[in-house]
Amino acid sequence: MRHTLSIMVENKFGELSRIVGLFSARGYNIESLTVAETLDPKISRMTLVTTGNDETIKQITRQLDKQVRVLEAVDMTGFAHIEREMALINVKAGAGVERQEVLSLVNIFRAKVVDVSSDGIIVEATGDWAKVSALIELLKPMGIREIVRTGTVAIARLSEASTTVEELDEEELAV
Amino acid sequence: MAARVEQKPISGISTDSPNPSQSPEPMRGARILCEALLKEGADTIFGYPGGAVLHIYDELHNMRGRLHHVLSRHEQGAIHMAEGYSKATGKVGVALVTSGPGATNAVTGIANAFMDSTPLVVISGQVPRKMIGTDAFQEADTVGITRPCTKYNYLVKDVGDLAEIVKEAFYIARTGRPGPVLIDIPKDVTAEKAPFVYPDRLSLPGYRPSVHGRLSEVKRAAERICEAQRPVLYVGGGVIHSNAFDELLELAEKLSLPVTPTLMGLGCFPSGHRLSLGMLGMHGTYWANMAISESDLIIAIGVRFDDRVTGALEKFAPHAEIVHVDIDPTSVSKNVRAHIGIVGDAKSVIRQIMDVLPARACASSEERLENWWAQIGEWKEFAPLKYENSDQVIMPQYLIEELFKLTRGDAIISTDVGQHQMWLAQYYPFNGPRQSITSGGLGTMGFGFPSALGAQIAFPDKQVIAFVGDGGFQMTAQELATAVQYKTNIKIIVMNNNYLGMVRQWQEIFYDGAYSHVNMQWLPDFVKLAEAYGAVGLRATRPDQLSGVLKRGLATPGVVVMDILVSEEESVYPMVPAGAGLKEMVLG
Repeated sequence: MRHTLSIMVENKFGELSRIVGLFSARGYNIESLTVAETLDPKISRMTLVTTGNDETIKQITRQLDKQVRVLEAVDMTGFAHIEREMALINVKAGAGVERQEVLSLVNIFRAKVVDVSSDGIIVEATGDWAKVSALIELLKPMGIREIVRTGTVAIARLSEASTTVEELDEEELAV
Repeated sequence: MAARVEQKPISGISTDSPNPSQSPEPMRGARILCEALLKEGADTIFGYPGGAVLHIYDELHNMRGRLHHVLSRHEQGAIHMAEGYSKATGKVGVALVTSGPGATNAVTGIANAFMDSTPLVVISGQVPRKMIGTDAFQEADTVGITRPCTKYNYLVKDVGDLAEIVKEAFYIARTGRPGPVLIDIPKDVTAEKAPFVYPDRLSLPGYRPSVHGRLSEVKRAAERICEAQRPVLYVGGGVIHSNAFDELLELAEKLSLPVTPTLMGLGCFPSGHRLSLGMLGMHGTYWANMAISESDLIIAIGVRFDDRVTGALEKFAPHAEIVHVDIDPTSVSKNVRAHIGIVGDAKSVIRQIMDVLPARACASSEERLENWWAQIGEWKEFAPLKYENSDQVIMPQYLIEELFKLTRGDAIISTDVGQHQMWLAQYYPFNGPRQSITSGGLGTMGFGFPSALGAQIAFPDKQVIAFVGDGGFQMTAQELATAVQYKTNIKIIVMNNNYLGMVRQWQEIFYDGAYSHVNMQWLPDFVKLAEAYGAVGLRATRPDQLSGVLKRGLATPGVVVMDILVSEEESVYPMVPAGAGLKEMVLG
C-alpha cells in the first residue's frame, strides 16, 4: 500500500541521507521525496511516498520519529489530509486538431499551458498523484516527450469535516 | 481527529552541567576537544594515532596526568576496550582513531556497541576540510560509513561548534537507549583556534527520551501481574543500563516471580537466587524456555525479543499476554506484539509498577503461584543442565565450574561469541550486574580480550578475566602488548578446542558432519605467544592439571594466558535449532 510520510527534521547536513538510509537498509523504494524549509528556517519538512507492508511502515515511522534530529514523523495515510504534486509535461501538439485535443484535456484537468511552439506544448498540471497520473495517461497517445514531476507534498486537513475549495470545484466538474 | 503536524518551538534541554565556562584565550580545536572531554568526566581514552589526529595527540602529550591515553595495537581493539570500560563502569567509553583506515578498522567495534546499546563517544580524524571529497590520502567518508551503526554522528565543520558537539555527543550516547556516537574532526579544525565556551544547555528539540511509563499502562500491567497464574519476568541489558538491580530483585521477591535473563542481562538478577530460571533462548535452560512457552503473562523488561531468544516467532509464548517495558519505542512490538507496551526507563517503570501494586496481591502471590512453581520444578528435574565429565580430557563445562569455584563469582568476565560464551552463560552464575561483558547482538569474535582489558584498566584491582576461544583470541591477540605495556593484571583463559566450535557444532548437526574449514589445523603455541609479549603462559591438557593451572594463573601477578585444551567435539546443549520454537529443544 502507498504511504505518505510527513517528517519534520532539523535543517542540518546529513539528515536527508540518515532518513533515506532507513528505507534503503530495508530494501524499500522511495517513490517520491520532497524537502523544503518550513516557516522556521531551522526546520525542514520532508514528504516521502513509499509502498510497503503496513507493519513495516509503522516500524519505519517509529524509527524516523526516534532519530535525534527528527521532531516528528507521521504517516499521513491514516489521517484526513490533502496531497498535491505538480508535473511539467512536454507533449507533441502540432497546429490544428492535435493542439485542440491537448488544450481540451488541459482545460478539463484545470492544467495550464506554460510554453508553446509550432509542434508542442508544455503543460503544468497540479493535483494529487492519481489526478496527475490520469492526465499523463490521456496525453500519452499524443506523444509525450518528457515529464518532470515534483513528487507529492501533503498537509493535514483543518478538520475532518473541512473541504477544499478545489474539491468543490472538482465535484462540479464531474457533473 | 485530523493529523496536525504542528511545528514545535525549539526548546532548550537543560542538563546538569555547571555554568558555562569561558576561556578568554582562544585555544586550538585539539585543546578544546580535550577540555570538553574532561568536562564530561572522561578520564581514559583508548586510541591509536595517525596523521589526521596529530594535533590531538600533541595536545594529549600536554594533557598527561589529566587525560589517560591507552595505546591499543589495532583500532578495533581500542573500540572494544572502550566498550569493556563502559560496560564495567556504566560510564561513557571514549576512543580516538585516525582518518581512513583508522576509522574503518573501528567500524566493527562501533557496530558491536550499537547492537549492544553501549554508550561510546568515538572521535575520528578526518582530512582537512578543503581536501574532503578529493580522494585524499587516508580519506574515507567516515560519517557515511558509520551512519547506520551509530546512534548519531557528526562531521565538525567549524571549530566554534566543537565544544557543543562534544557535549551533545555524550548526552546522546548515555541517555535514552544508549549507543555509540561518532565525531569526525577534520585535521585543520583541530588546528584552528577559538575561545573555549562550554555550553550549559543543549538544543535537541527532536530528542526526548522517555523516563517514566504512561500511568494508565503501568496500572494495567500491575493488574495483570496480580492476576496472572503463570507469569515470567524476562529481563535484559536494559535493566543493567538503568541500574535497576535492586528494583528488579524487590519486584520479583515481592510477587515470587520466576526470572529469566537474556545473555545481555546476565547478572541483572542474581543467578543463584531461588527465583532465577537461568538464561532463556537458543541455549537457555529447558525450564526457562518451557516456562516462557507455557506462561500466561510475560513481563519483558529492557529486552528486545531478539531472534536468539524467541526462536520461531509464530511459536513464541502462544498463551501469554505480553507486557513490554523498554526505553526504545521502536523495540516495543517490533518482533512480538505487546499487549501492554510501556516506553520508559526500566528502573523508573519497575518502581512505578510497585507503587501501584495492591498489598493483597503481594501477600497472596506465593500461594497463587504454587502450582506454577511446582511445574517449573518438574521441568528443572526433567532436564537439568548436564554433561558427562571425564578424567581423560578437560570438559569445557568443568573448566567453567572450576573457574567459578576459584573466583567465587566475583570476577568480571568478558567473552567473544560462540560455544565458550554459551557455556559460560550456562555454568557461571553471575551474581551482580556489570560482571558479564559479552558481544551479544553483533556476535563479534575478538571482542572478549580487548573488552576485558578495558574493564581491567577501569578497575586495576579487580579480578578481570577474558574467557575466549582459540579462534576469537587470534583475532585480537596483539592487544597482549597493550595489556603488558600498561602493567595490567588481566588473565586470559583460552578455551582451546582447536575448532571454531559453534560453527563446527552446526556443521555436525545440520550439515551431516561435513566439517568445512572449522578445524584450526595450525594454532600458535599460546604459551610461547604469551611469553613473546612478556606475559606469563600456562597450559593445562588434562583434567588433573586444571585446578592447579587456574589457581596459579589467577594468583600470578601481571598478564597471564592460560591455554586450556578441552574436549574438541563437545557441543552446547540444550539447543533450540534455528527456525524451531522454544519448546522444540534438543536436549543433547
